[in-house]
Amino acid sequence: MLNWAIMIAVGMICLSLLLNLWRLYLGPDLPDRILTLDTMYVNSIALIILFGIFLRSSLFFEAALLIAMLGFVGTAALCKYLLRGDIIE
Amino acid sequence: MPLHSIFLLLVWLGLNNTLAPGHIVLGGILAFLIPLVVAGLHTPQPRVQRYGLACRYVLMVMYDIVVANIEVAIRILGPMKNLKPGFVAVPIETHNELMLTILASTISLTPGTVSAEVTKDRKWLYVHVLHMEDEEALIQQIKERYERKLREVFGC
Amino acid sequence: MSFLVELLVSILIVAGAGFALIGSIGLVRLPDFYTRLHAPTKATTLGMGCLLVASIALISLAEAELSVHELLITLFLFITAPVTAHMLAKTALHYDIGFVRGTRGKELASKARERVSPKENDE
Repeated sequence: MLNWAIMIAVGMICLSLLLNLWRLYLGPDLPDRILTLDTMYVNSIALIILFGIFLRSSLFFEAALLIAMLGFVGTAALCKYLLRGDIIE
Repeated sequence: MPLHSIFLLLVWLGLNNTLAPGHIVLGGILAFLIPLVVAGLHTPQPRVQRYGLACRYVLMVMYDIVVANIEVAIRILGPMKNLKPGFVAVPIETHNELMLTILASTISLTPGTVSAEVTKDRKWLYVHVLHMEDEEALIQQIKERYERKLREVFGC
Repeated sequence: MSFLVELLVSILIVAGAGFALIGSIGLVRLPDFYTRLHAPTKATTLGMGCLLVASIALISLAEAELSVHELLITLFLFITAPVTAHMLAKTALHYDIGFVRGTRGKELASKARERVSPKENDE
C-alpha cells in the first residue's frame, strides 16, 4: 500500500511540475516567472523527500536542505534585482 | 544570548541527526563561540515577556495555517468568478521591527492574505486578500486575533 | 510495521502531494499575479509539512531510532515562505502589475508603491 501511495504522490508532484512549466511558459510578467521558479524548487524538494521515503533512507536530506536554501536565496536575489536593478547595493 | 546558543545547539544536533556525546560537546563549543563572534551584528530587540502566551500564539498560528490551507484549496478548485480579491490597508500600532516582521509573516501564512508593503512611518500595512467578504471584519480579525496577542507576548 | 502506521503515512503522503498539486493548479488557474501568489505560498507549506512528517515517521521506524532532521527543512520553509511572498508582492507592486477586474481597493496600489499612508492626499 505504501509503495502505491508513493507512486501516486510522485505522479501528482510530476503533474504539478508540468503545470508549473506551463505557467513559466505563459508568464506574462517577470514576477510570475519568479513565483513559478519558487514553486518549482519546493516541488522538487518534495520529489527528493519522496524518493528518500521510497528507499527508506535519509541520505537525501542534505540535498533537499541545500535546494531549500539556494532556492530561497535565488528568489530573494531575483526580487531584489527587479526592485533595484542591482543585487548588492 | 543563551536562547541563541540553545537554538544553535539544537540545529547542530538536528543537522547531524544524533545525540552522541561527542556531537553534544562539539555543538556546545560552537554554540558558545558563534554568538560571541557575531555579537557585533546584534541589534537590541524586545524580549519575549510571556513564554506561555508565545507558545499558545505559535499553536494558534499553526492551527490557522491548516484551516487557511484547506480554505484556499477549496477556493482554488471552485469557480473563478465567485472570487472577490481585495487590497486593503490595515492600521497597525506595532512599530518595532521584530514585532512587525512577525506580524507580517503571520498574515502571509494565514487565511488567504499576503502582506505586500508597509508605509515608511510603519503605521499602515497593505494586505492583499484572496477572497474578501467584509473589509471591516478582516481588519478587525487581524487586529484582534494577531496583533493584540503579539503585543501581549512582548509585553507592550 | 503495523497496518495502522502504514495507513497513516500513506494518507499523509498522498495529502501532501495533493496540496502541492492544488498549489500548482492554482498557479495556472487564478486570474492575476496577486491571487496567484496565494496558491503556492499556502498550499506548498502544508503539503511539504505533511510529506516531511510522513518522512520522519517512516525513517524513524525503518532505522529504529528517532530521525528529526526533516524538521529543519519544515522550519526553514515556514520561515522563508512568508518572506518570499512578501518580496514577490513588493516586486509586483513596484513593477506596476495590474489587478484583475473586480479587485476592491485597487486605487490603494499607487499609495502602497510610494509607501505612504492611504489617507494622505495627492499633491
